[in-house]
Amino acid sequence: MTATDMASAPLGVRRRRGILGWTWKETQGFMFILPWLFGFVVFIAGPFFFSFFLSFTQWRLVGDIKWLGFENYAQLLSGEDTRFVQSVYNTAYYVVFHVPGVLIISFIIAGLLNRKVRGIAIYRTCFYLPSITTGVATAVLWYWVLQPNGLLNNFLDIILTPLGVRAPNWLGSTTWAMPGLIIMSFWSVGTTMIIYLAGLQGIPQHLYEAAEIDGAGWWGKVRHVTIPMMTPQIFLTMVLAVIGSFQVFTAALIITEGGPADATLFLLLYLYWNGFRFFKMGYASAIAWILFFVILFLTIVQFMTARRWVYYEGERA
Amino acid sequence: MAQQTITVEPSDPSGIPSAVRIRTPGRIRAMRAGGRVTTYLVLWLGSFLYAIPFLWMVRTSFMRLDKLFEEPPQLWPDPWIWQNYIDMWETGPFANWIVNSLILVALGMLGQTLVSIFVAYGFARTQFPGRNQLFVLILATLMLPGHVTIVPKFVMFRTVGLLDSLWPVALPDLWGQAFYIFILRQFYLTLPLELDEAAEIDGANLLQVLFRVVIPLSKPAIATVAVFNFIGKWNEFFEPFVFIQTPEKLTLAVGIRWFRTQYGTEFQMLMAASIVSVAPIVIVFFFAQKQFIRGIALTGIKS
Repeated sequence: MTATDMASAPLGVRRRRGILGWTWKETQGFMFILPWLFGFVVFIAGPFFFSFFLSFTQWRLVGDIKWLGFENYAQLLSGEDTRFVQSVYNTAYYVVFHVPGVLIISFIIAGLLNRKVRGIAIYRTCFYLPSITTGVATAVLWYWVLQPNGLLNNFLDIILTPLGVRAPNWLGSTTWAMPGLIIMSFWSVGTTMIIYLAGLQGIPQHLYEAAEIDGAGWWGKVRHVTIPMMTPQIFLTMVLAVIGSFQVFTAALIITEGGPADATLFLLLYLYWNGFRFFKMGYASAIAWILFFVILFLTIVQFMTARRWVYYEGERA
Repeated sequence: MAQQTITVEPSDPSGIPSAVRIRTPGRIRAMRAGGRVTTYLVLWLGSFLYAIPFLWMVRTSFMRLDKLFEEPPQLWPDPWIWQNYIDMWETGPFANWIVNSLILVALGMLGQTLVSIFVAYGFARTQFPGRNQLFVLILATLMLPGHVTIVPKFVMFRTVGLLDSLWPVALPDLWGQAFYIFILRQFYLTLPLELDEAAEIDGANLLQVLFRVVIPLSKPAIATVAVFNFIGKWNEFFEPFVFIQTPEKLTLAVGIRWFRTQYGTEFQMLMAASIVSVAPIVIVFFFAQKQFIRGIALTGIKS
């Protein structure tokens, strides 16, 4: 065939027929996707449905799989398993404080880093590094920071001692263990911060200039230019933060092992214990599915509200 | 509108729009200077707050164990113990862990970054029935927490006798990764189609277009994905933790936990090991941060 032929021919033109009656070009395209599709079927979809099946059974990894119907779910959702209820409460507690905290702190840091300042690479590294530090290292480090006479309390004492208040024993107290882990989570805000920084750099300068002309001060510019222009990034990071915060594991495992008295027992940690310590494969799978549905539900809700407050530049009329 | 009045002269050293300067130049300039000082102060304080746990970790890694519990805490290690790093190396199968982590990173980069380059190309530049549905599926897997499938994966790998090795961690990663495919596809879509067509007219097939046109133009996005991939695999915890039991077979991210369980807790060694585990990432990030940030901006994370 000639060059003009090819240039003018639309993609779907039938030249040579491959399998399924596809053109050679379509077959080729499909072959690019094939590795992913294989991995998806074998390592994602397969385990996903198998896990769904297991969640209706009782199985201790050896012996026969016993069909239970909805018994696992009934036990979990009826509140009969008080540790599960506790882990749901703990996880929700964490999500409610972690997500807004991370978004706000990252936003402030990104705003600071977006100025033209000297030595920006050093500041950026300081703020970003914690979030790419190995989970175990972070956990061990904060185990130290949160000790009764640890780094955090050494700082707090400077403020609290004159007031006659004692800094809490973070990890040893059922009241303070969770706030301790939440404070720790604010240390790893780097990824969110970088996404915001990229977003801030994409805001056209003329919008600020226009706002200035209109007499907007610093806060006016933040409120009427920066925040509206950043809503796509805020939305994205919010969705990611919610998904991520339901999957806290390493910190709780290393620092508190869920304690004291289950005060930091997260859903995922409880799932892990059931599956790989008690070998209740069916029960663990049911927890996994509840976790999945909660995340799915919250993600869908966020997407539904997004239309009201997220501003995409491309959508402008 | 007032388009002309707000033009900034790039050569203006103060960087203040001329329209503004006409008003009260002295006052505004003073305010800006004050703002700069505040910015620096907050930045200093903030980065200090974020850096100090690290510095504390470095400090601890050079201290003698009994000095750790002193009150008030030592700010500077005295005596300074280099030996901790040697002890750490000799106490655990440290070399094994590093090698295992590197294997995992290498396999991950091959299987995730490299394969994703191809898969994303398939989604961005070819047509076949069901393509869009499959892409929706990719987006859906982004929402799926990997932990949902941990139990069945465990069962699966147990059945084929691959537990307690790197395979259960590495095998699922050899087929591309949804997030990287998404990023790369978004980037490919920004490249002008005319370039592909021009190459095709010159007789290039799909693979040649990919290698000669798309990949060379996508270097920033590929670099971003590769850095993400490196960090992600180097730090991976949950799966190696669940699948591997033998100490010698662990990766560094999981292995450093070992110092905590073996002989009580050797905190100074734990800290030294943590520093060794963080070091490669610090280096990668410090030198690649520009590409990294530009990459995130370029990959159109907006849509």
